[in-house]
Amino acid sequence: MANNDILVIIDHSDGVLDSTAAEIITAAIGLAKQTGGEVLAALCSSDAGSLPQTIVSLGVSKVYTITSPVFIDANSDSLVKAYKVVIEKTSPKLVLFGRTFIARDTAPRLAFRLQVGFAQDCTSVAIDGNSVVLERPVYGGASIARVSFIGDLGIAVIKAKSYDAAPEDNSRSGEIIDLTDSVGDISSRTKLVDRKKVESEGIRLEDAAIVVSGGRGLGGPEPFEKLQELANLLGGALGASRAACDAGWIPYAHQVGLTGKTVSADTYFAIAISGASQHLAGMTAVKNVIAINRDKEANIFKNANYGVVGDWEKITTAFLNMVKELS
Amino acid sequence: MPINILVTVKQVLDPEAPSGALKVNNDTKRMEAPSNVPPVINGYDENAVEAALKIKEAVGGTVTVLSAGNGFVMDVMKKTLSMGSDELILVDDPSVSTLDAFVTAQVLSAAIKKAGNFDLILCGRQASDYDQATVPLGIAEILDLPPVTMAMRVTVNESIVSVSRVLGDGNETVEVSLPALVTVSNEIGQPRYPNLRGIMAASKKQPTVWNLSDLGLDDSAISAKVEIKEIFVPVTETECEYIDGDDDEEKGRNLALKLREAKII
Repeated sequence: MANNDILVIIDHSDGVLDSTAAEIITAAIGLAKQTGGEVLAALCSSDAGSLPQTIVSLGVSKVYTITSPVFIDANSDSLVKAYKVVIEKTSPKLVLFGRTFIARDTAPRLAFRLQVGFAQDCTSVAIDGNSVVLERPVYGGASIARVSFIGDLGIAVIKAKSYDAAPEDNSRSGEIIDLTDSVGDISSRTKLVDRKKVESEGIRLEDAAIVVSGGRGLGGPEPFEKLQELANLLGGALGASRAACDAGWIPYAHQVGLTGKTVSADTYFAIAISGASQHLAGMTAVKNVIAINRDKEANIFKNANYGVVGDWEKITTAFLNMVKELS
Repeated sequence: MPINILVTVKQVLDPEAPSGALKVNNDTKRMEAPSNVPPVINGYDENAVEAALKIKEAVGGTVTVLSAGNGFVMDVMKKTLSMGSDELILVDDPSVSTLDAFVTAQVLSAAIKKAGNFDLILCGRQASDYDQATVPLGIAEILDLPPVTMAMRVTVNESIVSVSRVLGDGNETVEVSLPALVTVSNEIGQPRYPNLRGIMAASKKQPTVWNLSDLGLDDSAISAKVEIKEIFVPVTETECEYIDGDDDEEKGRNLALKLREAKII
């Protein structure tokens, strides 16, 4: 029997769906139309509450739930066992995860355990004939790899904001199927000792609409005060390149890039940043990039919408004063 | 209690190289750097070597470094020995460079089994080229080891490893019994620079080199699960609009006017 269904794995915390859930449902609905299958969902939680109904209202036909206190400490050891049971029950053609912290561990482990193909951080997923074709950025976003799964099943993690969120429609109906009794032992080998949330001051870098970032060309820690002033004025957050963090000019919490944070800002100021692929990898989702750099050959200008060539300090100071005048 | 640690490392294109300098090779379906940009050891993997050396200093034991690939630059790979590792094993085979994560994990797992008994496997959290963060979890599945990812601190107390992890919105500490696999993030701290004594000691050591047939893996065990159809450089639709002016101050003011006009600020 040909397997045509698309299974989405739903992540959530504190009784609220992760923002990626409605996005991967959009992707799954599109794919299921092509395969002639249904959109299925798997939900592991300590208490599902009204989440299954919400998932149905987003366009899922069947929600498979597994409820256990082990899921309070979301750990991949337990989740892999539980999702494997759902996949064996449903035999889907494709399994989609949203790019969340726990999915980075769970999705690849599941693929290895089932011995099937896996693709991380995909920006698109499509059906071509009988095969699933995915695109994902590689080499820090310097290029895109187009890959396809070999075999009957594949597992893909979809990068956040690659698809629009599916709208809720409460008139939709669907089945909710509890598999809690079928999963057997789902205990974990790792023991959680302690967990701390770190509240960040001001706007989170990842959520900021405007980011002002500085790089090696600033020459020291003091210039970041000026960049912080500009960020405050624009209601944005302060970022930095790896080189500036490695030099100790600014804490790593501000680092944007492959080894730092991924921003989703509308507007990104890259000040005295050369534009190594390491840095660009963290800003691929930015709409408007404004580059200020002394070197007119700097790679950052290839990725910028607006560029200013010259001394960063003079340009930034004049820019800052003009913005104050205009506001 | 002294423990035996194995660290996996990967030779990658230097991620600090400007992306414009990289070119797609359509035959190998990989990107290549110009010859004047030497490869490096993946940054997170150097962090993993550093974590291993710190544990060795604390409880004693050995540190073995393992890499699978092709076209190894020996000066680059031997840095792990100069840092203080005891042994370097290279699985050097032309077919390795075209493998998917599934097969790479099979190859590394077979090499780990051949190399000896290890209490702790340390890996970098992800590689800067393919960025999948998949191979370490694959090794954990194949060798049936509990994996703990994103370590900012790793300490070993008798048969228990305690790991502080970097989470998206904080951190947590977990404990797991050895043997286990831990992936290491950059928060663990800067990898040490090799000192003269380390460089001298490393110069006397030769890596152990194996090829795929040494690992006893047959073709069925190394059949890919993912096919790379194409690697392409995305067409950037943005054309940079340069803001001009008589001097830098005027350029700065003009930038503000331009961004206001475009309703960006």
